[in-house]
Amino acid sequence: MEDNKLYTIIVHSENFSGILNQIAAVFTRLQVNIESLNVSASSMKNVHKFTISCKTTAKNIDKILKQINKKLDVINASCYTDEDIFQSEIALFKISTDEFQNWEDTSRLLRGYNTHIVEVTPEYLVVELSGSGDDIDSLYRELDRINCVRQFVRSGKIAVTASSLEKVNDLLGRRQKRYQERRMQFPAEGQSCSLVRYGDFITDNQK
Amino acid sequence: MDMKNNTEQVTGSEALLRALVREGVDTVFGYPGGAIIPVYDALMDHMDELNHILVRHEQGAAHAAEGYARASGKPGVCLVTGGPGATNTLTGIADAMLDSTPIVVIAGQIATDMIGTDAFQEVDFTCVTQPICKWSYQISTPEEICWAVARAFFVAKSGRPGPVVLSITKNAQVGMTEFRHEKMDYIRSYDNDPEIDITRIREAAAAINAAKRPFVLAGQGIELGEAQAEFRAFVEKGNLPFGSTLLGLSVMPSSHPLNKGMLGMHGNLCNNVKTNECDVLIAVGMRFDDRVTGNMSTYARQAKIIHLDIDPSELGKNVPVDIPVLGDCRKTLTMLTERLVKVDRSEWIDSFRKYQDEEYEKVISRELQPSGDTLRMGEVVDAVSRATDHKAILVTDVGQNQMMAARYFSFTEKRSIITSGGMGTMGYAIPAGIGAAYARPDRTVCVFMGDGGLQMTVEEFGTIMEHRIPVKMILLNNSYLGNVRQWQELFYNRRYSFTRMTNPDFQILASAYGIPSRRVIDRKDLRDAVREMLETDGPFFLEACVEEEENVMPMTPPGNSIDDMLMEC
Repeated sequence: MEDNKLYTIIVHSENFSGILNQIAAVFTRLQVNIESLNVSASSMKNVHKFTISCKTTAKNIDKILKQINKKLDVINASCYTDEDIFQSEIALFKISTDEFQNWEDTSRLLRGYNTHIVEVTPEYLVVELSGSGDDIDSLYRELDRINCVRQFVRSGKIAVTASSLEKVNDLLGRRQKRYQERRMQFPAEGQSCSLVRYGDFITDNQK
Repeated sequence: MDMKNNTEQVTGSEALLRALVREGVDTVFGYPGGAIIPVYDALMDHMDELNHILVRHEQGAAHAAEGYARASGKPGVCLVTGGPGATNTLTGIADAMLDSTPIVVIAGQIATDMIGTDAFQEVDFTCVTQPICKWSYQISTPEEICWAVARAFFVAKSGRPGPVVLSITKNAQVGMTEFRHEKMDYIRSYDNDPEIDITRIREAAAAINAAKRPFVLAGQGIELGEAQAEFRAFVEKGNLPFGSTLLGLSVMPSSHPLNKGMLGMHGNLCNNVKTNECDVLIAVGMRFDDRVTGNMSTYARQAKIIHLDIDPSELGKNVPVDIPVLGDCRKTLTMLTERLVKVDRSEWIDSFRKYQDEEYEKVISRELQPSGDTLRMGEVVDAVSRATDHKAILVTDVGQNQMMAARYFSFTEKRSIITSGGMGTMGYAIPAGIGAAYARPDRTVCVFMGDGGLQMTVEEFGTIMEHRIPVKMILLNNSYLGNVRQWQELFYNRRYSFTRMTNPDFQILASAYGIPSRRVIDRKDLRDAVREMLETDGPFFLEACVEEEENVMPMTPPGNSIDDMLMEC
């Protein structure tokens, strides 16, 4: 059997309801677990960005990408290795003060990881660490060893591509240009309706 | 009626119907219910431009829309209520997805403020249908209707076609809105006409020109892209023999000398042998389904594979492709043809003959000139095909009737085979035949079915009765679920687990619906019965009592290499 590897998928989609569901369903169909998932607005208007990491085979990742790309309101889905992206993750640790105080190298440990203390109360402190997934794993292990972690949460990986080309912008620009050229060549009966939201469509018509 | 955009306020239902008319819809297959009553009410004012056919089950509406789309090339439309009315269309939606059939399913939905309360007939239809359709959307306000309808029709028929689902809430149906409808032809996230890479065209043309033993696989993509003439020019200029998938059988006349028949599990032997002998394999608008390839690990390993498709997710999905050619095949085929040189390939083309002769001797002759007394499925199909001068539209159900019809029916016109290929949906034939008859009233529609599939959608006899729909139905009755029985015979030691059918008297059933019918048992009556069927105005039900335990041959057993076919058993 083919070995599983960790992949990072970046998806850009229109901001419609139900897209997350459609993307998640692609993973369900192939019985692949999502390791982490982050969804947020992107730098482009009405475009959402998904950063998904999962462990699977090269064969499956190809199917996953093709099926996500096939979704109507998905603009683009691509897969990256660690060299192709800058990635980061944030974790919050809620730590019991009691156990923590009894441990000698406390502050050195936290400083070593370049953490940031968000809140201090008599019962607990909240520490934030942003960095690689490995750093977060490692700090969690060390804190867990002294049994002081009350709560732990991590954001899931976020990433930007290392390439100097902005793929999605370029793709949209190229499509728009091709469409306009085609329209010049074959003026169709209807009018162009390039905007995605019905609200925008109506406003555009009224202009 | 003033159909221009204006500031007049209309109900959402009215806007929906006007938008349908604007999109060129003339026929709607449907079934009313609580959550769609306002649309049905508005429909009474549009009866002159929208012909609504009341089916007897919503599954029938979805398949009828499919049949309509496949015969006409226009999206088929089906209108149903929410809840069970909507879920009854699921089989048709999934079927349309697998067979790239453009249909638009419009389903009622409870009012927006009731959603999420488990109200009467509440089903989250958008969520349920998302994995099995091209686009699914819930219309929650009347203002969205025109936009959603325009988008639905654009999505359904462009690119690789497929089903689209619109759920429309009751408040959107009754609320007031301005009617502003414009056809849509661009969605930025959706590439309906991918850019053609000229390098790939050059590579593919060079490979074909250099080929000694090229073989072409013709798929339904050619029909969907209306590229039948371009395909013909391509194979004729290059002297390229070709075989067709089940759904691609009518892209070229069956009698064309380069047309070598059907591919796959029950296809023609020569095609499967030559697939594994050719040096260049050119697939056009087909997707290397497992019924076509057989054992993937031995499929066309020796060949350089060129794959033309409009859907990027198909390229390299099932077989490794050497030269993927993404794009609309109407354009890519033309670009390839321009670059082809005439090469004499008569020796290669003649080499098919040996396997055609073998198949004729071992399979076809026994089917068409049988020695036994009992009717065989193939001879019935052949008699109907001949009597229609091979000009009819063939609609089939699923199973042995489907394979026999595909093997023995001949085609002279494009868009002439309507069958459930990807899903293999039993019960497809009668409603799909109804749809085809509305799409092409100028053509004869012959609907083949088995006794199993007939009983899955037999309620549509009511629709046929009501409208005197001129479908010529031919039941190949063997009192078995024949295809499963064949597998049980060949691979499960003849253990016939639940495949024997105890059937009603189908003649009485047809007469209860007032459908003229005839039963044929003796061979000597076959031709006359077929003549009577075709001469009778309106519908006809012909029941042919065929051999009970006949097998469809040849057959590639599951797991075998595609060219390793059983010829007799």
